[in-house]
Amino acid sequence: MGNKQTIFTSQQLDAYQVRLFHRYRDLAPQLVPLDYTNQPEVRLPYELIGSMPELKDNPFRQRIAEVFSEDGEGNMTLDDFLDMFSVLSEMAPRDLKAYYAFKIYDFNNDDFICKSDLEKTLNKLTRNELTEDEVRMVCEKVIDEADLDNDGRLSLEDFQHMIVRAPDFLR
Amino acid sequence: MNSAFTTWKWRKTLREVRRSRQQLQRREQLRWTLKEQRRNMRNATKQQGKRVRNMKKESESKSESDSAPESKDNQAVGVLGSLTPEELEKLKEAVDERKKLIATMRGKPWPMKKKLVVLSCVLSQGVTGVFIISFLYYSNCQKWMKFQRDFENFKTACIPWEMKIKEIESHFGSSVASYFIFLRWMYGINMILFGLTFGLVMVPEALMGKPYGSIPRKTVPREEEASAMNFAILWDFGGYAKYSVLFYGYYNSQRAIGWLKFRLPLSYFLVGVGTVAYSYMVVIRTMARNANEEGGGDDTSFNFSWKTFTSWDYLIGNPETADNKFASITTSFKEAIVEEQESRKDDNIHLTRFLRVLANFLVLCCLAGSGYLIYFVVRRSQKFALLGLENYGWWERNEVNMVMSLLGMFCPMLFDVISTLENYHPRVALQWQLGRIFALFLGNLYTFIIALMDAIQLKRAEEEIVKKNMTIWQANLYNGTVPDNSTAPPITVHPADIPRGPCWETMVGQEFVRLIISDTMTTYITLLIGDFLRAVLVRFLNNCWCWDLEYGFPSYSEFDVSGNVLGLIFNQGMIWMGAFYAPCLPALNLLRLHVSMYLQCWAVMCCNVPQERVFKASGSNNFYMAMLLVILFLSTLPAIYTIVSIPPSFDCGPFSGKTRMFDVIQETLESDFPAWFGKMFSYASNPGLVLPFLLLLVLAIYYLQSTSKTYKRVNMELKKKLQTVSWEVQMYVQMSPTVND
Repeated sequence: MGNKQTIFTSQQLDAYQVRLFHRYRDLAPQLVPLDYTNQPEVRLPYELIGSMPELKDNPFRQRIAEVFSEDGEGNMTLDDFLDMFSVLSEMAPRDLKAYYAFKIYDFNNDDFICKSDLEKTLNKLTRNELTEDEVRMVCEKVIDEADLDNDGRLSLEDFQHMIVRAPDFLR
Repeated sequence: MNSAFTTWKWRKTLREVRRSRQQLQRREQLRWTLKEQRRNMRNATKQQGKRVRNMKKESESKSESDSAPESKDNQAVGVLGSLTPEELEKLKEAVDERKKLIATMRGKPWPMKKKLVVLSCVLSQGVTGVFIISFLYYSNCQKWMKFQRDFENFKTACIPWEMKIKEIESHFGSSVASYFIFLRWMYGINMILFGLTFGLVMVPEALMGKPYGSIPRKTVPREEEASAMNFAILWDFGGYAKYSVLFYGYYNSQRAIGWLKFRLPLSYFLVGVGTVAYSYMVVIRTMARNANEEGGGDDTSFNFSWKTFTSWDYLIGNPETADNKFASITTSFKEAIVEEQESRKDDNIHLTRFLRVLANFLVLCCLAGSGYLIYFVVRRSQKFALLGLENYGWWERNEVNMVMSLLGMFCPMLFDVISTLENYHPRVALQWQLGRIFALFLGNLYTFIIALMDAIQLKRAEEEIVKKNMTIWQANLYNGTVPDNSTAPPITVHPADIPRGPCWETMVGQEFVRLIISDTMTTYITLLIGDFLRAVLVRFLNNCWCWDLEYGFPSYSEFDVSGNVLGLIFNQGMIWMGAFYAPCLPALNLLRLHVSMYLQCWAVMCCNVPQERVFKASGSNNFYMAMLLVILFLSTLPAIYTIVSIPPSFDCGPFSGKTRMFDVIQETLESDFPAWFGKMFSYASNPGLVLPFLLLLVLAIYYLQSTSKTYKRVNMELKKKLQTVSWEVQMYVQMSPTVND
């Protein structure tokens, strides 16, 4: 019957999914139904996602929501939601996290981290406390250090090569 | 509204009931499928019975740790226990396969929907037991990681003042935080010293020694009794405070006290030696440990990239923590930028060298001048003391103190100005500044020791006079007759009335305690006035002042790392010098450090602004350790000199009556140890044996040093090799065509 599929879904992900489902639902109880067996099309807007306590203080929450949402705007379905939390959890493998980190820092979605992406990252990270000169200097240094194919911007391979050596990349 | 709410609640409960019924149905199906399987497979052997029992135990313990779906677990355990061993083997293999599949699935960057669909397609057939085991494994793994994380958090929370220091570090940078970390380390050392002196010296005398008032040294003399309780006298550590366990003079020289036969004089001597030995050991061990760290972690190949991409902590959920984190990220970027700029600076080497030589020459002149001034002033004060201090006014009496304070105020500023000539990296400039002020404060130390030595000589001369007077006084007691102990009845005299010798050791102890107290008071008052009052004035007067107080003069103060570090180090030097004569000093210092920590943490966060150029302190702090070692050496010298060369007072302290303080060791060896021990010791102290031993030690030191040099060289070569290998790999990656996933 369809039993085995539903058994697998509910048991394997039960503990995770039930809690996460309730977190998702608590953001907008009137939009999200309790019964998900018909897989309704429900999307939560970015503002609700961005107000979750885990993401509220994160300077990159907008990018995170955009990367994991289907429409690229930050509006997430339950699957996108699960995806996001599964990648951010500590059980996710390193390479997967590196891949998604690259996508998060790539602000213009061109599959390369160029200088403007770096500047935006830096400004978000320091809340615009550094001066123009300092920001420029840091961006130059980063490209200097990590760019292996010398095209002036970081590709996925450059990024992964650099990030897997980092001592405190797992969070 | 109420009715809508109740209907909603009713629907909710209905849904929940429906859901639990669905779960029950699923469980029933599970049981049914497993029963069928068991009926199909029936081959049990006794050999594998043991394995079944083991698996049962494992799954039972696993099910104990799971909290959420307990009923399901029990079900799973019951199911597992009833399977045959071969079935379990097959199950285990299937579980491994599934695990691999799920692991590869997890590694793929696909959206969740895709993953679920693919997984369900692949897993067309499955034994439900497999999922139970993999589920248990999965949730246990998660729980284990959570436990590890909580334990790490707990361990960090146990370190005292860690949160405070982290907060300061995030706002002010690592050099200011390094001062507080140093303070905390000193607190640890003082805790041990306090434990030793309190537990092995003060407590035994207080509990098992003779009580107050029983013998002359423990009683306030009759002349001082009236004023012994005055606050002014007590604050000056006279009166009752002087005749207590706090100072050397109170201790009795009885060889063994109490029912434990506690050898107090021996313990006093050994504790004195032990505190010094322990301090040496700790300082040298810390230096060695820091030296190792310096050589090792040098991988800065991706410094800026790592700072940019990995410095945010995704687990932060608290706005204050987030603020701190932003501040610390900004500070760390600024520090890295300063490092980068310093390493890039390329200017005229010759001009720089000339300027630096000039600056050092100026500083040397300054130091020589102040040294001569101090010497001159001390000589003058000695002359004044000889002629009687009453003849001179206030300036002459306090000349030494005034000159020291003035020098201490103006010379550091002068050194600061001179150091702008040198144009060093801020960290190196700080070290030079520290070194120079250190040399200046050595002058302070010199005057203090000279004054103390003079006072000791005075007291000893007085003691001779008192000894002579003692015999006359005793004769008067017996009314002119020669005291013959067998015939004359012993006349009981109250201990307060017996004439007392001036106890120079207690006097030394009192001087040290007074110095520490006045030093502490000065530090706190300068902190409150210089930092706090200034900040308050700048903040509130700014509205009604002609120029901007916050940007111009005086503005908020910066935290003076060098001054505070030196203060701490010299304070510790005083403690080491005086702990032998005043066992209460480590306790006092502990209290002072405790209060300092809180007061300075508060003052820094409240009244100070971060420095202009935030620089990274060298994480090793070996420079502070080196200064501490020098001070330790310098401060134990006077104490050792007094112990070895000056005879103890005849009527106070645990060594009274002996010719030298270290005679107590000789006494213990003779009386407490068996005879052959004493003989062996006398053989061992034969110069013919001691000299070759010393030679051997020197050779051992030489050998160890040369091997450590070799190891360092080998280390560097290996590191270079590693770098070339990784560089080759990089080149290889660049040149080969990139493989797409």
